[in-house]
Amino acid sequence: MIVGERKPLEEIIESLEGAEKVLVAGCGTCVAICMAGGEKEVGMLASELKMAAKLRDMKIEVSEATAQRQCDKEYLDTLKDDVKGKDVVISMACGIGVQYMALNYEPMRVVPAVNTDFLGANLDVGEWAEYCQSCGDCVLADTGGVCPIARCSKSLLNGPCGGSADGKCEIDPETECAWQLIYDRMKALGRLEKLTEIRPPRSWKTSRDGGPRRLVREDQKA
Amino acid sequence: MKSGSNLEKVFEKGEFALTGECGPPRGADLEVVKEKAKHLVGYVDAVNVTDNQTSIVRMSSIGASKVLIDMGLEPVMQMVCRDRNRIAMQSDIFGAYALGIRNMLCLSGDHQIFGNQQDAKNVFDIDSIQLINVVHTMREEGKILGGDDIDGKPEMFIGAAANPFGDPFDFRPIRLAKKVAAGVDFIQTQCIYNMPKFREYMKRVVDMGLHEKCHIMAGITPLKSLPMAKYMAKKVSGIDVPQEILDRMKGVEKKKRAAEGIKLAIEQIQEVKDIEGVDGVHLMAIEWEKKVPEIVEGAGLHPRPQVS
Repeated sequence: MIVGERKPLEEIIESLEGAEKVLVAGCGTCVAICMAGGEKEVGMLASELKMAAKLRDMKIEVSEATAQRQCDKEYLDTLKDDVKGKDVVISMACGIGVQYMALNYEPMRVVPAVNTDFLGANLDVGEWAEYCQSCGDCVLADTGGVCPIARCSKSLLNGPCGGSADGKCEIDPETECAWQLIYDRMKALGRLEKLTEIRPPRSWKTSRDGGPRRLVREDQKA
Repeated sequence: MKSGSNLEKVFEKGEFALTGECGPPRGADLEVVKEKAKHLVGYVDAVNVTDNQTSIVRMSSIGASKVLIDMGLEPVMQMVCRDRNRIAMQSDIFGAYALGIRNMLCLSGDHQIFGNQQDAKNVFDIDSIQLINVVHTMREEGKILGGDDIDGKPEMFIGAAANPFGDPFDFRPIRLAKKVAAGVDFIQTQCIYNMPKFREYMKRVVDMGLHEKCHIMAGITPLKSLPMAKYMAKKVSGIDVPQEILDRMKGVEKKKRAAEGIKLAIEQIQEVKDIEGVDGVHLMAIEWEKKVPEIVEGAGLHPRPQVS
Protein backbone atom coordinates (compact mmCIF):
# COMPACT_ATOMS: atom_id res chain seq x y z
CA MET A 1 0.00 0.00 0.00
CA ILE A 2 0.90 3.67 -0.18
CA VAL A 3 2.52 4.74 3.08
CA GLY A 4 2.35 8.33 4.22
CA GLU A 5 2.72 10.46 7.35
CA ARG A 6 1.04 13.62 8.56
CA LYS A 7 2.81 16.90 7.95
CA PRO A 8 3.61 19.08 10.96
CA LEU A 9 0.74 21.35 12.00
CA GLU A 10 2.79 24.51 11.39
CA GLU A 11 3.38 23.63 7.77
CA ILE A 12 -0.32 22.93 7.25
CA ILE A 13 -1.32 26.21 8.89
CA GLU A 14 1.15 28.12 6.71
CA SER A 15 -0.37 26.60 3.60
CA LEU A 16 -3.81 27.91 4.64
CA GLU A 17 -2.76 31.56 4.33
CA GLY A 18 -5.80 33.76 3.72
CA ALA A 19 -8.38 30.99 4.02
CA GLU A 20 -11.38 31.26 6.35
CA LYS A 21 -13.50 28.25 5.46
CA VAL A 22 -11.57 25.02 5.23
CA LEU A 23 -12.50 21.38 4.74
CA VAL A 24 -10.28 18.64 6.14
CA ALA A 25 -10.83 15.78 3.69
CA GLY A 26 -9.71 12.28 4.61
CA CYS A 27 -9.21 9.21 2.48
CA GLY A 28 -10.44 5.82 3.67
CA THR A 29 -7.93 3.58 1.91
CA CYS A 30 -4.09 3.40 2.17
CA VAL A 31 -3.52 6.47 4.35
CA ALA A 32 -6.30 5.35 6.68
CA ILE A 33 -4.63 1.98 7.16
CA CYS A 34 -1.24 3.56 7.88
CA MET A 35 -2.98 6.00 10.20
CA ALA A 36 -1.96 9.18 8.43
CA GLY A 37 -5.09 10.50 6.75
CA GLY A 38 -8.21 8.44 7.47
CA GLU A 39 -11.38 9.51 9.27
CA LYS A 40 -9.74 9.37 12.69
CA GLU A 41 -6.80 11.53 11.60
CA VAL A 42 -9.24 13.98 9.99
CA GLY A 43 -10.89 14.44 13.38
CA MET A 44 -7.53 14.97 15.06
CA LEU A 45 -6.28 17.51 12.54
CA ALA A 46 -9.59 19.40 12.65
CA SER A 47 -9.32 19.64 16.45
CA GLU A 48 -5.73 20.82 16.27
CA LEU A 49 -6.70 23.50 13.75
CA LYS A 50 -9.64 24.69 15.84
CA MET A 51 -7.43 24.89 18.92
CA ALA A 52 -4.72 26.75 17.05
CA ALA A 53 -7.33 29.15 15.66
CA LYS A 54 -8.56 29.90 19.16
CA LEU A 55 -5.10 30.41 20.63
CA ARG A 56 -3.83 32.56 17.79
CA ASP A 57 -7.01 34.46 17.16
CA MET A 58 -7.27 33.20 13.57
CA LYS A 59 -10.59 33.49 11.78
CA ILE A 60 -11.03 29.99 10.51
CA GLU A 61 -13.99 27.68 10.21
CA VAL A 62 -13.11 23.98 10.00
CA SER A 63 -15.31 21.15 8.74
CA GLU A 64 -14.60 17.47 8.17
CA ALA A 65 -15.39 14.76 5.63
CA THR A 66 -13.85 11.50 4.44
CA ALA A 67 -14.18 9.77 1.07
CA GLN A 68 -13.59 6.07 0.66
CA ARG A 69 -10.94 6.87 -1.96
CA GLN A 70 -9.72 10.23 -3.24
CA CYS A 71 -8.09 8.67 -6.30
CA ASP A 72 -11.42 7.62 -7.75
CA LYS A 73 -13.92 10.05 -9.26
CA GLU A 74 -16.93 8.08 -8.13
CA TYR A 75 -15.90 8.39 -4.47
CA LEU A 76 -14.63 11.95 -4.79
CA ASP A 77 -18.07 13.02 -5.98
CA THR A 78 -19.48 12.06 -2.58
CA LEU A 79 -17.67 15.09 -1.11
CA LYS A 80 -19.45 17.56 -3.41
CA ASP A 81 -21.58 19.21 -0.72
CA ASP A 82 -18.70 19.32 1.76
CA VAL A 83 -16.37 21.05 -0.68
CA LYS A 84 -18.92 23.64 -1.73
CA GLY A 85 -18.23 27.16 -0.46
CA LYS A 86 -14.82 26.39 1.02
CA ASP A 87 -11.71 28.52 0.50
CA VAL A 88 -9.30 25.62 0.90
CA VAL A 89 -9.57 21.84 1.01
CA ILE A 90 -6.88 20.17 3.12
CA SER A 91 -6.54 16.76 1.57
CA MET A 92 -5.25 14.07 3.88
CA ALA A 93 -4.88 11.61 1.02
CA CYS A 94 -1.60 10.67 -0.67
CA GLY A 95 -0.26 12.91 -3.43
CA ILE A 96 -2.55 11.20 -5.89
CA GLY A 97 -5.67 12.07 -3.93
CA VAL A 98 -4.58 15.69 -3.48
CA GLN A 99 -4.15 16.14 -7.21
CA TYR A 100 -7.29 14.30 -8.17
CA MET A 101 -9.29 16.35 -5.69
CA ALA A 102 -7.91 19.55 -7.23
CA LEU A 103 -8.71 18.36 -10.72
CA ASN A 104 -12.26 17.33 -9.89
CA TYR A 105 -13.14 20.43 -7.93
CA GLU A 106 -11.50 23.07 -10.09
CA PRO A 107 -10.76 25.87 -9.27
CA MET A 108 -10.70 24.88 -5.57
CA ARG A 109 -7.41 25.45 -3.71
CA VAL A 110 -6.30 22.04 -2.40
CA VAL A 111 -3.33 21.64 -0.05
CA PRO A 112 -1.73 18.44 1.28
CA ALA A 113 -1.66 17.43 4.93
CA VAL A 114 0.30 14.22 4.35
CA ASN A 115 3.74 13.46 2.92
CA THR A 116 3.50 10.45 0.64
CA ASP A 117 6.51 8.34 1.61
CA PHE A 118 6.64 5.05 -0.27
CA LEU A 119 4.99 1.81 -1.37
CA GLY A 120 5.47 -0.52 1.51
CA ALA A 121 4.37 -3.25 3.84
CA ASN A 122 3.20 -3.01 7.44
CA LEU A 123 5.96 -4.85 9.31
CA ASP A 124 4.71 -4.31 12.82
CA VAL A 125 2.42 -2.00 14.76
CA GLY A 126 3.51 1.49 13.74
CA GLU A 127 6.25 0.25 11.41
CA TRP A 128 6.37 0.22 7.64
CA ALA A 129 9.12 -0.44 5.07
CA GLU A 130 9.53 0.27 1.39
CA TYR A 131 9.19 -2.85 -0.74
CA CYS A 132 8.41 -1.59 -4.24
CA GLN A 133 9.51 1.33 -6.38
CA SER A 134 6.92 0.76 -9.11
CA CYS A 135 9.70 0.51 -11.71
CA GLY A 136 7.36 -1.10 -14.20
CA ASP A 137 9.48 -4.18 -14.96
CA CYS A 138 9.34 -6.61 -12.07
CA VAL A 139 12.44 -8.73 -11.43
CA LEU A 140 11.21 -10.54 -8.30
CA ALA A 141 11.06 -13.93 -10.03
CA ASP A 142 14.87 -13.93 -10.27
CA THR A 143 15.71 -12.41 -6.91
CA GLY A 144 14.00 -14.73 -4.49
CA GLY A 145 11.09 -12.37 -3.98
CA VAL A 146 13.23 -9.52 -2.61
CA CYS A 147 13.39 -6.36 -4.70
CA PRO A 148 16.91 -5.03 -5.40
CA ILE A 149 15.54 -1.89 -7.05
CA ALA A 150 13.59 -0.71 -4.02
CA ARG A 151 15.51 -2.37 -1.21
CA CYS A 152 19.17 -2.07 -2.23
CA SER A 153 20.34 1.51 -1.54
CA LYS A 154 22.13 1.50 -4.88
CA SER A 155 19.53 -0.52 -6.83
CA LEU A 156 22.28 -2.94 -7.83
CA LEU A 157 21.30 -5.80 -10.12
CA ASN A 158 24.34 -8.06 -9.88
CA GLY A 159 24.92 -8.69 -6.23
CA PRO A 160 25.98 -6.85 -3.08
CA CYS A 161 28.46 -3.98 -3.10
CA GLY A 162 31.45 -4.01 -0.78
CA GLY A 163 29.48 -2.28 1.94
CA SER A 164 27.36 -5.25 2.97
CA ALA A 165 28.28 -6.27 6.50
CA ASP A 166 26.52 -8.69 8.87
CA GLY A 167 23.36 -8.51 6.80
CA LYS A 168 23.18 -4.74 7.00
CA CYS A 169 23.56 -1.97 4.42
CA GLU A 170 26.45 0.48 4.58
CA ILE A 171 24.10 3.44 4.82
CA ASP A 172 22.69 2.59 8.22
CA PRO A 173 22.90 -0.33 10.68
CA GLU A 174 19.08 -0.48 10.80
CA THR A 175 18.76 -1.08 7.06
CA GLU A 176 18.91 -4.65 5.84
CA CYS A 177 21.17 -5.45 2.89
CA ALA A 178 18.74 -6.50 0.17
CA TRP A 179 21.42 -8.61 -1.51
CA GLN A 180 22.10 -10.56 1.68
CA LEU A 181 18.35 -11.29 1.81
CA ILE A 182 18.34 -12.24 -1.87
CA TYR A 183 21.37 -14.50 -1.40
CA ASP A 184 19.85 -16.23 1.63
CA ARG A 185 16.50 -16.72 -0.08
CA MET A 186 18.02 -18.05 -3.32
CA LYS A 187 20.26 -20.38 -1.33
CA ALA A 188 17.28 -21.73 0.59
CA LEU A 189 15.43 -22.20 -2.69
CA GLY A 190 18.39 -24.04 -4.21
CA ARG A 191 18.61 -21.41 -6.94
CA LEU A 192 22.02 -19.76 -6.29
CA GLU A 193 23.06 -20.61 -9.84
CA LYS A 194 20.72 -17.89 -11.05
CA LEU A 195 22.78 -15.25 -9.22
CA THR A 196 25.91 -16.16 -11.20
CA GLU A 197 24.31 -14.78 -14.38
CA ILE A 198 25.08 -11.20 -15.33
CA ARG A 199 22.00 -9.02 -15.55
CA PRO A 200 22.55 -6.47 -18.32
CA PRO A 201 21.72 -2.77 -17.88
CA ARG A 202 17.99 -2.49 -17.54
CA SER A 203 15.65 -0.11 -19.26
CA TRP A 204 14.40 2.59 -16.93
CA LYS A 205 11.89 3.64 -19.56
CA THR A 206 9.15 1.75 -17.72
CA SER A 207 10.08 3.63 -14.55
CA ARG A 208 9.59 7.37 -13.96
CA ASP A 209 12.60 8.03 -16.19
CA GLY A 210 10.52 7.44 -19.30
CA GLY A 211 8.30 10.38 -18.36
CA PRO A 212 4.95 10.34 -16.53
CA ARG A 213 3.35 6.93 -16.99
CA ARG A 214 -0.13 6.09 -18.13
CA LEU A 215 -1.91 2.79 -18.43
CA VAL A 216 -4.73 2.29 -20.90
CA ARG A 217 -6.50 -1.07 -20.94
CA GLU A 218 -8.68 -1.44 -23.96
CA ASP A 219 -10.24 -4.62 -22.56
CA GLN A 220 -11.55 -2.62 -19.62
CA LYS A 221 -12.60 0.39 -21.68
CA ALA A 222 -14.87 -1.66 -23.88
CA MET B 1 48.02 -5.57 -25.97
CA LYS B 2 44.59 -4.38 -25.06
CA SER B 3 45.39 -0.84 -24.06
CA GLY B 4 49.16 -0.55 -24.13
CA SER B 5 49.13 1.05 -20.70
CA ASN B 6 52.21 0.85 -18.53
CA LEU B 7 50.26 -1.17 -15.96
CA GLU B 8 49.19 -3.69 -18.57
CA LYS B 9 52.78 -4.03 -19.80
CA VAL B 10 54.06 -4.69 -16.29
CA PHE B 11 51.56 -7.53 -15.94
CA GLU B 12 52.34 -8.82 -19.43
CA LYS B 13 56.00 -8.98 -18.53
CA GLY B 14 55.12 -11.14 -15.55
CA GLU B 15 56.31 -8.57 -13.05
CA PHE B 16 54.69 -8.00 -9.66
CA ALA B 17 52.73 -4.79 -10.22
CA LEU B 18 52.32 -1.86 -7.87
CA THR B 19 49.74 0.90 -7.99
CA GLY B 20 49.37 3.91 -5.73
CA GLU B 21 46.52 6.24 -5.01
CA CYS B 22 45.92 9.95 -5.13
CA GLY B 23 42.76 11.60 -3.80
CA PRO B 24 42.07 14.87 -5.66
CA PRO B 25 41.61 18.08 -3.62
CA ARG B 26 38.32 19.60 -2.44
CA GLY B 27 38.73 22.42 -4.89
CA ALA B 28 40.49 23.53 -8.02
CA ASP B 29 44.04 23.77 -6.66
CA LEU B 30 46.32 21.83 -9.00
CA GLU B 31 49.26 22.22 -6.66
CA VAL B 32 47.65 19.85 -4.16
CA VAL B 33 47.56 17.10 -6.79
CA LYS B 34 51.13 17.82 -7.83
CA GLU B 35 52.40 17.81 -4.25
CA LYS B 36 50.79 14.43 -3.48
CA ALA B 37 51.76 12.87 -6.80
CA LYS B 38 55.42 13.89 -6.79
CA HIS B 39 56.16 11.34 -4.06
CA LEU B 40 54.86 8.57 -6.30
CA VAL B 41 56.97 9.30 -9.40
CA GLY B 42 59.20 6.29 -10.04
CA TYR B 43 57.73 4.28 -7.17
CA VAL B 44 54.53 2.88 -8.66
CA ASP B 45 53.43 1.60 -12.07
CA ALA B 46 50.19 3.59 -12.09
CA VAL B 47 48.20 5.79 -9.74
CA ASN B 48 44.49 5.50 -8.95
CA VAL B 49 42.69 8.80 -9.02
CA THR B 50 39.58 8.58 -6.90
CA ASP B 51 36.15 9.73 -8.08
CA ASN B 52 34.60 11.83 -5.30
CA GLN B 53 35.45 9.18 -2.73
CA THR B 54 33.14 8.86 0.26
CA SER B 55 30.79 11.13 -1.68
CA ILE B 56 32.73 14.28 -0.87
CA VAL B 57 32.91 16.77 -3.73
CA ARG B 58 36.42 16.88 -5.13
CA MET B 59 38.24 17.73 -8.35
CA SER B 60 37.06 15.28 -11.01
CA SER B 61 38.98 12.10 -11.55
CA ILE B 62 39.39 12.91 -15.24
CA GLY B 63 40.81 16.36 -14.50
CA ALA B 64 43.25 15.17 -11.85
CA SER B 65 44.24 12.18 -14.03
CA LYS B 66 45.27 14.56 -16.79
CA VAL B 67 47.45 16.46 -14.32
CA LEU B 68 49.23 13.20 -13.46
CA ILE B 69 49.81 12.41 -17.14
CA ASP B 70 51.45 15.81 -17.53
CA MET B 71 53.75 14.92 -14.61
CA GLY B 72 54.79 11.66 -16.23
CA LEU B 73 52.64 9.42 -14.03
CA GLU B 74 50.15 6.95 -15.42
CA PRO B 75 46.65 7.33 -13.94
CA VAL B 76 44.00 4.72 -13.22
CA MET B 77 40.85 6.80 -13.53
CA GLN B 78 38.20 5.68 -11.08
CA MET B 79 34.58 5.98 -12.14
CA VAL B 80 31.60 5.41 -9.85
CA CYS B 81 28.03 4.61 -10.85
CA ARG B 82 26.56 6.89 -8.19
CA ASP B 83 26.71 10.24 -9.95
CA ARG B 84 26.27 9.76 -13.67
CA ASN B 85 23.86 7.99 -15.96
CA ARG B 86 24.96 5.90 -18.93
CA ILE B 87 24.99 8.91 -21.22
CA ALA B 88 27.44 10.87 -19.07
CA MET B 89 29.58 7.84 -18.23
CA GLN B 90 30.09 6.74 -21.81
CA SER B 91 30.81 10.32 -22.83
CA ASP B 92 33.37 10.71 -20.02
CA ILE B 93 35.09 7.48 -21.07
CA PHE B 94 35.55 8.93 -24.57
CA GLY B 95 36.84 12.19 -23.11
CA ALA B 96 39.19 10.44 -20.71
CA TYR B 97 40.69 8.34 -23.47
CA ALA B 98 41.11 11.39 -25.69
CA LEU B 99 43.11 13.00 -22.86
CA GLY B 100 45.46 10.04 -22.72
CA ILE B 101 43.92 8.01 -19.88
CA ARG B 102 44.48 4.29 -20.51
CA ASN B 103 43.40 2.56 -17.27
CA MET B 104 40.10 2.84 -15.51
CA LEU B 105 38.51 1.33 -12.44
CA CYS B 106 34.78 0.62 -12.48
CA LEU B 107 33.08 1.02 -9.09
CA SER B 108 29.61 1.19 -7.58
CA GLY B 109 30.61 4.13 -5.40
CA ASP B 110 29.98 4.94 -1.75
CA HIS B 111 26.42 6.00 -1.03
CA GLN B 112 26.00 9.80 -0.83
CA ILE B 113 24.93 9.53 2.81
CA PHE B 114 28.65 9.45 3.75
CA GLY B 115 29.58 12.72 2.12
CA ASN B 116 28.88 16.42 2.10
CA GLN B 117 26.02 16.27 -0.42
CA GLN B 118 23.58 14.05 1.41
CA ASP B 119 20.60 15.65 -0.32
CA ALA B 120 21.84 14.58 -3.76
CA LYS B 121 19.78 12.43 -6.10
CA ASN B 122 21.66 9.19 -6.60
CA VAL B 123 21.83 7.73 -10.05
CA PHE B 124 22.97 4.08 -10.21
CA ASP B 125 21.61 3.81 -13.73
CA ILE B 126 24.02 0.92 -14.30
CA ASP B 127 26.05 -1.02 -11.75
CA SER B 128 29.80 -1.67 -11.61
CA ILE B 129 29.58 -5.05 -13.37
CA GLN B 130 27.52 -3.54 -16.16
CA LEU B 131 30.02 -0.67 -16.40
CA ILE B 132 32.90 -3.12 -16.84
CA ASN B 133 30.99 -4.65 -19.72
CA VAL B 134 30.27 -1.25 -21.26
CA VAL B 135 34.01 -0.40 -21.35
CA HIS B 136 34.86 -3.88 -22.59
CA THR B 137 32.31 -3.71 -25.41
CA MET B 138 33.65 -0.30 -26.44
CA ARG B 139 37.15 -1.71 -26.67
CA GLU B 140 36.40 -5.10 -28.22
CA GLU B 141 33.42 -4.35 -30.43
CA GLY B 142 33.60 -0.59 -30.90
CA LYS B 143 30.03 -0.15 -29.72
CA ILE B 144 28.22 1.73 -27.00
CA LEU B 145 25.17 0.50 -25.10
CA GLY B 146 22.34 -0.04 -27.51
CA GLY B 147 24.74 -1.13 -30.24
CA ASP B 148 25.68 2.13 -32.01
CA ASP B 149 29.16 2.19 -33.54
CA ILE B 150 31.70 4.60 -32.16
CA ASP B 151 34.22 6.85 -33.90
CA GLY B 152 37.50 5.95 -32.29
CA LYS B 153 37.51 3.12 -29.78
CA PRO B 154 38.63 3.95 -26.27
CA GLU B 155 40.97 1.04 -25.55
CA MET B 156 41.07 1.02 -21.78
CA PHE B 157 42.77 -1.45 -19.47
CA ILE B 158 39.76 -2.32 -17.34
CA GLY B 159 39.89 -2.59 -13.59
CA ALA B 160 37.41 -3.14 -10.80
CA ALA B 161 37.39 -3.57 -7.05
CA ALA B 162 36.71 -6.63 -4.94
CA ASN B 163 36.00 -6.73 -1.25
CA PRO B 164 36.93 -10.12 0.22
CA PHE B 165 35.61 -8.89 3.58
CA GLY B 166 32.12 -7.93 2.48
CA ASP B 167 29.18 -10.18 3.18
CA PRO B 168 27.95 -12.68 2.20
CA PHE B 169 31.49 -14.11 2.11
CA ASP B 170 30.47 -17.12 0.03
CA PHE B 171 29.16 -14.83 -2.70
CA ARG B 172 32.38 -12.78 -2.99
CA PRO B 173 34.26 -15.15 -5.32
CA ILE B 174 31.07 -15.49 -7.41
CA ARG B 175 30.87 -11.73 -7.72
CA LEU B 176 34.49 -11.70 -8.84
CA ALA B 177 33.65 -14.35 -11.44
CA LYS B 178 30.88 -12.08 -12.74
CA LYS B 179 33.37 -9.22 -13.08
CA VAL B 180 35.70 -11.53 -15.01
CA ALA B 181 32.83 -12.60 -17.26
CA ALA B 182 31.95 -8.94 -17.83
CA GLY B 183 35.48 -8.35 -19.13
CA VAL B 184 37.64 -7.07 -16.30
CA ASP B 185 41.44 -7.14 -16.75
CA PHE B 186 42.60 -6.35 -13.23
CA ILE B 187 41.20 -6.26 -9.72
CA GLN B 188 42.23 -4.19 -6.74
CA THR B 189 40.97 -5.44 -3.39
CA GLN B 190 39.73 -3.55 -0.39
CA CYS B 191 42.42 -2.85 2.26
CA ILE B 192 43.52 -6.12 3.82
CA TYR B 193 44.11 -6.41 7.55
CA ASN B 194 42.54 -9.82 8.14
CA MET B 195 45.13 -11.96 6.40
CA PRO B 196 43.65 -15.40 7.19
CA LYS B 197 40.33 -14.35 5.66
CA PHE B 198 42.10 -12.97 2.58
CA ARG B 199 43.98 -16.25 2.19
CA GLU B 200 40.70 -18.17 2.33
CA TYR B 201 39.19 -15.84 -0.28
CA MET B 202 42.19 -16.26 -2.58
CA LYS B 203 42.09 -20.01 -2.18
CA ARG B 204 38.52 -20.05 -3.45
CA VAL B 205 39.40 -17.62 -6.25
CA VAL B 206 42.31 -19.82 -7.34
CA ASP B 207 40.16 -22.96 -7.14
CA MET B 208 37.75 -21.27 -9.55
CA GLY B 209 40.65 -20.38 -11.84
CA LEU B 210 39.80 -16.68 -11.73
CA HIS B 211 43.43 -15.65 -11.10
CA GLU B 212 44.25 -16.87 -14.60
CA LYS B 213 41.62 -14.66 -16.16
CA CYS B 214 42.45 -11.37 -14.45
CA HIS B 215 45.30 -9.82 -12.46
CA ILE B 216 44.53 -9.52 -8.78
CA MET B 217 46.18 -6.78 -6.75
CA ALA B 218 46.02 -6.91 -2.97
CA GLY B 219 44.96 -3.67 -1.31
CA ILE B 220 47.27 -2.37 1.42
CA THR B 221 46.75 0.78 3.49
CA PRO B 222 49.40 1.70 6.06
CA LEU B 223 47.99 2.69 9.45
CA LYS B 224 49.21 6.11 10.56
CA SER B 225 47.98 6.03 14.13
CA LEU B 226 45.79 4.23 16.64
CA PRO B 227 42.78 6.51 15.99
CA MET B 228 43.07 5.72 12.29
CA ALA B 229 43.17 1.99 13.01
CA LYS B 230 40.10 2.32 15.23
CA TYR B 231 38.33 4.41 12.60
CA MET B 232 39.03 1.79 9.93
CA ALA B 233 37.83 -0.94 12.28
CA LYS B 234 34.60 0.71 13.33
CA LYS B 235 33.52 3.32 10.80
CA VAL B 236 34.50 2.10 7.37
CA SER B 237 32.01 -0.42 6.08
CA GLY B 238 33.53 -3.47 4.48
CA ILE B 239 36.89 -3.19 6.23
CA ASP B 240 37.87 -5.88 8.69
CA VAL B 241 40.58 -4.89 11.19
CA PRO B 242 41.21 -7.75 13.61
CA GLN B 243 41.80 -7.02 17.29
CA GLU B 244 45.41 -8.23 17.07
CA ILE B 245 46.21 -5.39 14.63
CA LEU B 246 44.65 -2.87 17.01
CA ASP B 247 46.59 -4.43 19.89
CA ARG B 248 49.82 -4.24 17.92
CA MET B 249 49.32 -0.52 17.26
CA LYS B 250 48.33 0.05 20.88
CA GLY B 251 51.37 -1.90 22.06
CA VAL B 252 53.93 0.62 20.86
CA GLU B 253 54.35 4.12 22.25
CA LYS B 254 52.42 6.88 20.50
CA LYS B 255 55.44 8.46 18.80
CA LYS B 256 56.44 5.17 17.23
CA ARG B 257 53.01 4.14 15.94
CA ALA B 258 53.45 5.66 12.47
CA ALA B 259 56.69 3.69 12.06
CA GLU B 260 54.90 0.56 13.29
CA GLY B 261 52.15 1.14 10.71
CA ILE B 262 54.75 1.28 7.95
CA LYS B 263 56.49 -1.81 9.26
CA LEU B 264 53.15 -3.62 9.28
CA ALA B 265 52.37 -2.52 5.71
CA ILE B 266 55.75 -3.81 4.51
CA GLU B 267 55.13 -7.16 6.21
CA GLN B 268 51.66 -7.35 4.66
CA ILE B 269 53.08 -6.67 1.18
CA GLN B 270 55.66 -9.40 1.63
CA GLU B 271 52.97 -11.75 2.83
CA VAL B 272 50.51 -11.18 -0.01
CA LYS B 273 53.33 -11.43 -2.54
CA ASP B 274 53.62 -15.11 -1.70
CA ILE B 275 49.89 -15.87 -1.92
CA GLU B 276 48.95 -17.79 -5.04
CA GLY B 277 46.97 -15.68 -7.49
CA VAL B 278 48.17 -12.30 -6.25
CA ASP B 279 49.85 -10.42 -9.12
CA GLY B 280 50.44 -7.08 -7.47
CA VAL B 281 49.73 -4.65 -4.67
CA HIS B 282 47.52 -1.60 -4.64
CA LEU B 283 49.07 0.69 -2.05
CA MET B 284 46.65 3.25 -0.67
CA ALA B 285 48.67 5.57 1.54
CA ILE B 286 45.74 7.80 2.36
CA GLU B 287 46.92 11.42 2.89
CA TRP B 288 50.36 9.89 3.47
CA GLU B 289 51.74 9.76 -0.05
CA LYS B 290 55.18 10.92 1.09
CA LYS B 291 55.70 7.58 2.84
CA VAL B 292 55.21 5.57 -0.35
CA PRO B 293 58.94 5.50 -1.30
CA GLU B 294 59.88 4.19 2.14
CA ILE B 295 57.26 1.43 1.99
CA VAL B 296 58.08 0.44 -1.58
CA GLU B 297 61.79 0.32 -0.85
CA GLY B 298 61.21 -1.51 2.40
CA ALA B 299 59.16 -4.14 0.59
CA GLY B 300 61.91 -4.62 -1.97
CA LEU B 301 59.75 -3.40 -4.83
CA HIS B 302 62.03 -0.59 -5.97
CA PRO B 303 63.06 0.16 -8.68
CA ARG B 304 59.95 -0.43 -10.76
CA PRO B 305 60.25 -2.39 -13.99
CA GLN B 306 60.93 -0.40 -17.15
CA VAL B 307 58.57 -1.72 -19.79
CA SER B 308 58.24 0.90 -22.51
